[in-house]
Amino acid sequence: MRPAVGALLRKELRLELRAPQAVPAMALFSVTTIVVFHFALQRSEVEGALASGVLWVTLLFAAMLGISRLFVADHEEGGLDGFLLAPVDRTALLVAKAVSLFAFLGVVELIAVPAFALMLLGPAPDAAALAQLLVVLALADAGVALVGTLVGALAVQTRARDLLVPLLALPLLMPVIIAAAKGSTPLLAAGGDDVALRWLAILGLYDLVFGLLAYAVFDFLVED
Amino acid sequence: MAAAPAIELAGLTRRYGERVALSDVTLSLPVGATLVVFGPNGAGKSTLLRVLSTLLRPHAGAVRVLGRALPDEGWAVRGRVGLLGHAPLLYRDLTARENLAFHARLHGVGLDRVEALLAQVGLAARAADKVHTYSRGMVQRLAVCRAVLHDPEVLLLDEPRANLDPAARELVEPLIGAASGRTRVITSHDPAGGLVEADLALGLRAGRAALVAPAREVEPAQIGALYR
Repeated sequence: MRPAVGALLRKELRLELRAPQAVPAMALFSVTTIVVFHFALQRSEVEGALASGVLWVTLLFAAMLGISRLFVADHEEGGLDGFLLAPVDRTALLVAKAVSLFAFLGVVELIAVPAFALMLLGPAPDAAALAQLLVVLALADAGVALVGTLVGALAVQTRARDLLVPLLALPLLMPVIIAAAKGSTPLLAAGGDDVALRWLAILGLYDLVFGLLAYAVFDFLVED
Repeated sequence: MAAAPAIELAGLTRRYGERVALSDVTLSLPVGATLVVFGPNGAGKSTLLRVLSTLLRPHAGAVRVLGRALPDEGWAVRGRVGLLGHAPLLYRDLTARENLAFHARLHGVGLDRVEALLAQVGLAARAADKVHTYSRGMVQRLAVCRAVLHDPEVLLLDEPRANLDPAARELVEPLIGAASGRTRVITSHDPAGGLVEADLALGLRAGRAALVAPAREVEPAQIGALYR
């Protein structure tokens, strides 16, 4: 399966670099939303629970754009059929798409989190808080990538793709957003505290459950 | 003992929702033979190819390709079948070489085969160009390369010579023509040309097999009647 995952990943990254669709849209949306929050909240600085909420709502809705685009090139240009004709495990596509979406989210966060810190966040988190925030981001992104791949594969086969993605993904991702926001709150508070381990455990468990679920059902989503 | 047929259909039926695309199609095609499928637009020709390629499940009846039952043993058929459909199954923003290399890796084929095929169909000089810069004929030549990249035993060809000029037809002929030695299923709207190429003729009308006969016993007028 490894050569197939490698081939699919190489293709995903090459297409996104050559004809950028998902990442620029997600990054632009994130920065714009942070600007909107800056003016709508009528505050130059936020911290703690409010900061965490603003950050995760922004990242969640930006992720919807990436999920909507995840399978579009494959669907419109027949690449999905090309893959299905090959004698490879369908799980290779799940892994490649989830890793791609995880990477796209990471790139967007490299832009969105500093923009959020510059425009809205109160006291900058120290190095320890930043490292813990990276762990929360990575665990949450893994959950978003797994659920996003499942929802993207399902939605791309319908004409109502742009409607179906948020309708399906938002409820499924609520546990991720709650745990990520709760976990990030002390990290973004003035004189920040450590993240509570239970939120990391919840994110890890969510990733595990949806990883297994995705492995079990993905074949049925992409095959006839 | 006689060799198992390359393709066996017994009562094949396939629906899209309520609409029946193929109904009760039965035939047997020996290894190395050519089946040409005739019929007006919407008759079920492309659906038949997609079922044989494992992309679509049959809803009733039995389908065996290379001795394997579909859809249960589809995993054993993929990789031994090549499909050239209306869609080229190529990424427009990748180059010709990148597209073929992608499929080569999925099929476990060496990249030297990619270069050899590009040269054979006259695309070596444009191999580094993105597919969206290609003419329709060039895309079709590249799609032929993709379909035969893994040296399939069965070729499923949906109007394979569409968009090809005479010179391009000559270039792809060794890959998809009778000389390729593969079992072939070809859709065609050309009664005279199709019957010359066929060992077995199938005429579809509204998803039903209106005609199944050895090609030598079929008159072009019988094919023409399918379209009226």
